[in-house]
Amino acid sequence: MDTMPDHGHVLATGHEDRPGRFGPYGGRYVPEALIAALDELDREYTAARHDPAFQAELTHLLTTYTGRPTPITEAARFGEQAAHGARILLKREDLNHTGSHKINNVLGQALLTRRIGKQRVIAETGAGQHGVATATAAALMGLECVIYMGEEDTRRQALNVARMELLGATVVPVKTGSRTLKDAINEALRDWVTNVATTNYVFGTVAGPHPFPTLVRDLQRIIGVEARQQVLELTGRLPDAVAACVGGGSNAIGIFHAFIDDADVALHGFEAGGDGVATGRHAATITAGSPGVLHGARSYLLQDDMGQTIESHSISAGLDYPGVGPEHSWLKDSGRAAYEPVDDADAMEAFRLLCRTEGIIPAIESSHALAGARRLGERLGPDATILVNLSGRGDKDVDTAAKWFGIMDESGEVQA
Amino acid sequence: MTTSVAFEKARAEGRAALVGYLPAGYPSVDGSIAALTAMVAAGVDIVEVGLPYSDPLIDGPVIQSAVDAALRAGTTTTDVLRVVEAVAATEAPAVVMSYWNPLDRYGAAAFARDLAAAGGAGVITPDLTPDADDTWLPAAREHGLDTVFLVAPSSTPERIAMTTAACRGFVYATSVMGVTGTREQVGDAAAGLVERTKATTDLPVAVGLGVSTAAQATEIAAYADGVVVGSAFVRRLLDAADPAAGVAAVAELAADLAAGVRER
Repeated sequence: MDTMPDHGHVLATGHEDRPGRFGPYGGRYVPEALIAALDELDREYTAARHDPAFQAELTHLLTTYTGRPTPITEAARFGEQAAHGARILLKREDLNHTGSHKINNVLGQALLTRRIGKQRVIAETGAGQHGVATATAAALMGLECVIYMGEEDTRRQALNVARMELLGATVVPVKTGSRTLKDAINEALRDWVTNVATTNYVFGTVAGPHPFPTLVRDLQRIIGVEARQQVLELTGRLPDAVAACVGGGSNAIGIFHAFIDDADVALHGFEAGGDGVATGRHAATITAGSPGVLHGARSYLLQDDMGQTIESHSISAGLDYPGVGPEHSWLKDSGRAAYEPVDDADAMEAFRLLCRTEGIIPAIESSHALAGARRLGERLGPDATILVNLSGRGDKDVDTAAKWFGIMDESGEVQA
Repeated sequence: MTTSVAFEKARAEGRAALVGYLPAGYPSVDGSIAALTAMVAAGVDIVEVGLPYSDPLIDGPVIQSAVDAALRAGTTTTDVLRVVEAVAATEAPAVVMSYWNPLDRYGAAAFARDLAAAGGAGVITPDLTPDADDTWLPAAREHGLDTVFLVAPSSTPERIAMTTAACRGFVYATSVMGVTGTREQVGDAAAGLVERTKATTDLPVAVGLGVSTAAQATEIAAYADGVVVGSAFVRRLLDAADPAAGVAAVAELAADLAAGVRER
């Protein structure tokens, strides 16, 4: 399997002299203190991707530990009843060990950490899926693990906090700023600057300074590589459209990437519209943001006239981020992918529909992609085949969903 | 006055220069002007005016809380320029300390123009290395501003040489691997880093991060051209019962530290 290809698809950026640039986006806007560690990571990654032993070990873990390849599920009832009869194919990243696509990236980065010879890993997490995946890989490889999580998110995703602690990780609630993912990244970067000699930062998405956008993309690229082959085998042709939710953008890049050269396959990213973009309470970075620098890279971000980051809002902790990976910004500007918001209500309606029609409880993050697929079904009609990245499962979201649908009241009591 | 003149003056007196930081807008815009000018009157040679930013990733809790308050009070980039103008009217040169995005948003060329017009001496860019972006150096050069970049204990010799070649005014050496905030000990790495830095440049080298006491200032002044103090000043403002007491406490610390850089 083409897990970490020698020739990851490289877009013509016009900035080949500057690695980690995607058109005008990406780069490395970080304190000098971190440059040596980023260079080390870049160097080790470059060596690892050409090292058959590293590739074999990663493939072995992805197969025997994670459960890859993940299947494609044909969601016939969802297509019929919820997506205007379009053929909906779900890429089941929710079936991965730990419950989401995040493990794909983390196993690769944990192997890199061991290769570099560091004994401690840190990570940020929003919904907790990346934190759980990192804690899992750290337990597997005997690494010390500290996870930074916004205090607001530790409340929204209490189950995942418990999972991380069961796995032996220390979870640090971050009480600065909006107390969500953005601030967890700030705090993790502060830890890294301080402890960089002993610590590797296992970054969870395709944002951040080079090499993270490239490294994480290459490790997530397997989603699309598998799905492209599976859809061809199942339907005899490529899908008309690929749909994914976009927070930082790792699951979206993961499924998009193998299709970039397939000009007839439309790529659709669905951002978190929160209460609605018009309300200002949302996380639709590409839709409503502007280019700037956040967390070490140039990309679209939600910012005010002074360049101060604007806090994002979403029912989904995993999408509640005012930035986005630089490659998405470039895919947007180049027109190769399209991005639009899905608000909380539409996402939760898609969540409910998938539960009822397919017996699958999706993550609220992934429900944004499902809501997007419903729109695409309406636009493209019943002859269309739409591949949806079901990036995670919704076990962690049962509490939020039960309250949303009035199954439990705010105190957690089940309503008769 | 330029930073070069301030460093030369200190050198002529056989001592290191004292550099003091406070963010603009805390406890208010006028309050920060009062504290910074009091700092100069009490013996600070060069002033760093912090431009408040929402995501200050190499600042510890003390500076974070003052900056958060400044932003909540609505401090703008224009306010920062007003603070610079007021400080520049004193004897001491004023440099801005700013993360990159607020400057990028203002426009590198526009910011350089307006900072120069306000009498500012230059900019320290903690999250912008010289190789990260093409816009800042030409803009700063056009308006005669100092470009102060950071070197760190983890910097390779090649990167130190690249960084000092892009610096003008002085070089900022971070004493330890870490974020801003007072420390019991300034790392052993600092002296070695200053030595490695001086091997590449004739520019003055100032040491910052973690310096809070006169004794630490004396220790660093033995091998560096400048001593930077930030969080300890901010702490005085945060702990003060009222703004006037904050200004007095800042002046008292400045006088202590000024004696420290003169001790040998």
